[in-house]
Amino acid sequence: MTDFTKQSPGLKRRHAAEIRFQWYGRSAIFIALGFLFLMVGSITMNGIGAFTQTKLALEIPLTSEHISVDDLEGANYDALVKLALRNTFPDVTKRRDKRKLYGLVSPYASFQLKDQVLADPTLVGKTTKIWFTASDYVDMYIKGNIDISRDEKTRKLNNAQIGWIDAIQKQGNLEKVFNSAFFLGGDSREPELAGILSAFMGSALSLSVCFLLSFPIGIFAAIYLEEFAPKNRWSGFIEININNLAAVPSIVFGLLGLAIFLNFFGLPRSSPLVGGMVLSLMTLPTIIIASRASLRAVPPSIREAALGIGASPVQAAFHHVVPLALPGMLTGAIIGMARALGDTAPLLMIGMVAFIVDIPTGILDKATALPVQIFLWADSPERAFQEKTSAAILVLLVFLVLMNLVAIILRRKFEQRF
Amino acid sequence: MNVVSHEDKSATEPQSKEEPIITARNVDVFYADKQALNGITLDIPANKVTSLIGPSGCGKTTFLRCINRMNDLIDICKVTGEIKIGGQDIYDEKVDVVSLRAQIGMVFQKPNPFPKSIFENVAYGPRIHRLVKTKGELNDVVERSLSKAGLLEEVKDRLDEPGTGLSGGQQQRLCIARAIAVEPKVILMDEPCSALDPIATAKIEELIDELRENYTIVIVTHSMQQAARVSQQTAFFHMGNLVEAGVTEQIFTTPQDPRTESYITGRIG
Amino acid sequence: MQQIDIIGSRGARPLERAIQIFMVICSVIAIVITIGIVFSLAFEAYRFFQLVSLQEFLFGLQWSPQTAIRSDQVGAEGSFGAVPLITGTLLISAIAMATATPLGLASAIYLAEYASPAVRNIVKPLLEILAGIPTVVYGFFAALTVAPIIRWTGTEVGLEVASESALAAGLVMGIMIVPLISSLSDDVINAVPQSLRDASLGLGATKSETIRKVVLPAAIPGVAGSLLLATSRAIGETMIVVMAAGMAANLTANPLQAVTTITVQIVALLTGDQEFESAKTLSAFALGLLLFIVTLVLNIIAQFIVKRFSEQYD
Repeated sequence: MTDFTKQSPGLKRRHAAEIRFQWYGRSAIFIALGFLFLMVGSITMNGIGAFTQTKLALEIPLTSEHISVDDLEGANYDALVKLALRNTFPDVTKRRDKRKLYGLVSPYASFQLKDQVLADPTLVGKTTKIWFTASDYVDMYIKGNIDISRDEKTRKLNNAQIGWIDAIQKQGNLEKVFNSAFFLGGDSREPELAGILSAFMGSALSLSVCFLLSFPIGIFAAIYLEEFAPKNRWSGFIEININNLAAVPSIVFGLLGLAIFLNFFGLPRSSPLVGGMVLSLMTLPTIIIASRASLRAVPPSIREAALGIGASPVQAAFHHVVPLALPGMLTGAIIGMARALGDTAPLLMIGMVAFIVDIPTGILDKATALPVQIFLWADSPERAFQEKTSAAILVLLVFLVLMNLVAIILRRKFEQRF
Repeated sequence: MNVVSHEDKSATEPQSKEEPIITARNVDVFYADKQALNGITLDIPANKVTSLIGPSGCGKTTFLRCINRMNDLIDICKVTGEIKIGGQDIYDEKVDVVSLRAQIGMVFQKPNPFPKSIFENVAYGPRIHRLVKTKGELNDVVERSLSKAGLLEEVKDRLDEPGTGLSGGQQQRLCIARAIAVEPKVILMDEPCSALDPIATAKIEELIDELRENYTIVIVTHSMQQAARVSQQTAFFHMGNLVEAGVTEQIFTTPQDPRTESYITGRIG
Repeated sequence: MQQIDIIGSRGARPLERAIQIFMVICSVIAIVITIGIVFSLAFEAYRFFQLVSLQEFLFGLQWSPQTAIRSDQVGAEGSFGAVPLITGTLLISAIAMATATPLGLASAIYLAEYASPAVRNIVKPLLEILAGIPTVVYGFFAALTVAPIIRWTGTEVGLEVASESALAAGLVMGIMIVPLISSLSDDVINAVPQSLRDASLGLGATKSETIRKVVLPAAIPGVAGSLLLATSRAIGETMIVVMAAGMAANLTANPLQAVTTITVQIVALLTGDQEFESAKTLSAFALGLLLFIVTLVLNIIAQFIVKRFSEQYD
């Protein structure tokens, strides 16, 4: 009998191959997960800055020579902001330099001033320190995103501007604060003012429509197919149909929405109503498949018990089987909604890709959606929009994580072993 | 052959009339916290058929799977004690399970031919162990193994057809041929006929009898008739203990232990 | 003697009847949607093919769907040869599959055959996160990070790399598809009966030999099905290519050049200002029809194969 401990050269090679083979698997997982961490990590690093914003304070001479208490609406706030800037840096005289100086604050600074004065008319008559949103370049500079070692001509801020910013900072008139505008504002051409609320509302409205349409239809279809439909060619056909719909590229649903909902039925373009309808086409198969699995997990004994005491098949299904399967159905629906929240392509087809400043309040308003906003911002050349894009992605991911967590908790809580 | 039951620990060294090929000493097996085998001590003689019998869950299959260390595949399974084959402790850390299993063949409860051709099924072992150098040699090995398993006549014209297309009995003989092809010293059989009809069973039993000339066979069976028909030695397991072992005839005619008697007469099991 | 009424009142429950009818309607909606897709695509595509011949669309080598600003300008009609889009789609899908297949299969095998339950419980959900991240995020990452890295690397070794190379889009898409392949293959590998593994291990094969020579060959049909589904997914993927692949309809097999895809062109044709009767807009529906047919055929074949496979080991 041969020695079991003896290792022939062939056996050594086979064991080496074994080790190698295991390392292929480990490396594959490492690469895939490494990519995940790299992607989420870099987006987080990139986007975290957008949650703070640079503000700078100016001494605004709200004196009677510039503004009258009787005509607060008619005052030239723009001139006031510019004057304050000139007062801060009196040695700036050249026209070109002045324009650079004015660029330190956001173009909307005059509106911010007006809002403050209207809110508190007692400010008029004295020179007051007022905080303004800094322009995106100042913001980028403060966050260290502008490389000042580069040649002056190739960067957005020249040395003079940097000097001014540093001076303001020394006076304590510049600070980084929480960026509430990002969460409370709509889209804007100016990155320092752009916010996600309009897109978020668009997504919320679309998803509500999507849920209201696809959840009832989905579960009723699932109940019929699982509990009532005769197992014949027809129900087999429906089943194949549903499986195939689940794998249709999402952009095709967008084309359907464009051709039928918009062009044929004439529903309003860019509206959350149509967005939700298109998204519900995609979530429907997911919900049906999940709901059927959930119904199948309810043991036949429960149906038999109900039928045995004289319940009709409809009563047996709705009183006894469906309540047990409902958590599973809801889990499927939430997962379907999470996917719908992230989907972009079909919304592009139905025009939810517009520049939306106002926050939509109804399902017929023009709106965009969170992922579409990401797509739009990603296309903008400004460095500051890159930061906003990443931040919007973080917000989107947080919502996806929350939805999935809810699904997991639901599943854990109601998971029953029959 | 002489055997000591678990209860009688005073005589741990059985005096053997002939040199056993497999010797087990105080083998305990645990699945997590549950003990499946209690101090099994058993000698298995060479070139004989030894059958392991007992009611289901008694540990006979567990013991069989200790002999080629198939239990290693189960994470929670722990084996203590000593099993020697040809004088070597197979649980020694220097032992290579691959080379061990190459020399201890195994046939399973349900026929499990690979979804490949009949030829490829038998050629699998010789290929991975590089036992042959040329295609001609491989053909010889396959043919010889099929012939030893009594299957050659039935399949020689369709070696390229899938092994899964054979009948149950043929599939099991194909599995035996596949095991023989790597030229093991010992063949372990785990209820090889439990999924077969009586005619196929008879053929396999006949085959086992022929194979004994060249191989040591250990067979787990739930059928006492089968044990009586094919084996020369029998070991009776009950609730993880080895109750009694010895010459088959003696076990069936004059069992020493009341539990053996109950089982053989059909009162437990 | 007391009489028991067992005839009852069949059909006398109007509410139940209504619920039943409503349920039937709901389940038929799935078919209505399919008909809706086919109808809307086919109708608009039909109108397109009245302006441009099917032959030109399927075999034409040039894609430039501009509408004329002046009727007498150069290339006033535009050209609608979809071949560069088809090859572009195939090129990017091929890169994606070449990335995803080894990664997805190797991780599925590792998780199914080697990983301890603890590792599996951590790694599987993490891989699923990869599948749950919206594709617009992948697109952003591809355009902002991966494409510049590839371009920089290419320049370092002296290769000409387009800033929107097919490689960048394909690689990122490949990573997106990994969890799809790994979870489907994981199911398939687990469906291979343990008895086959035992047989091979009992013959003295190592674990990797068992996997490569017994488990994988037995799982091949199921794995093939999952790869087909993944391919269909890659072909229909939109956002990654819209953001990371170009608009240039180049006819090339060079992964370092920019190519465009069917989905990118659909988006480009249908976003922004559009006049609905033009061949330009209608061509998007012809492309959509092509996309729908191709992915449908792939899905049907894949489902058929997977079904046959799972029946085999029942």
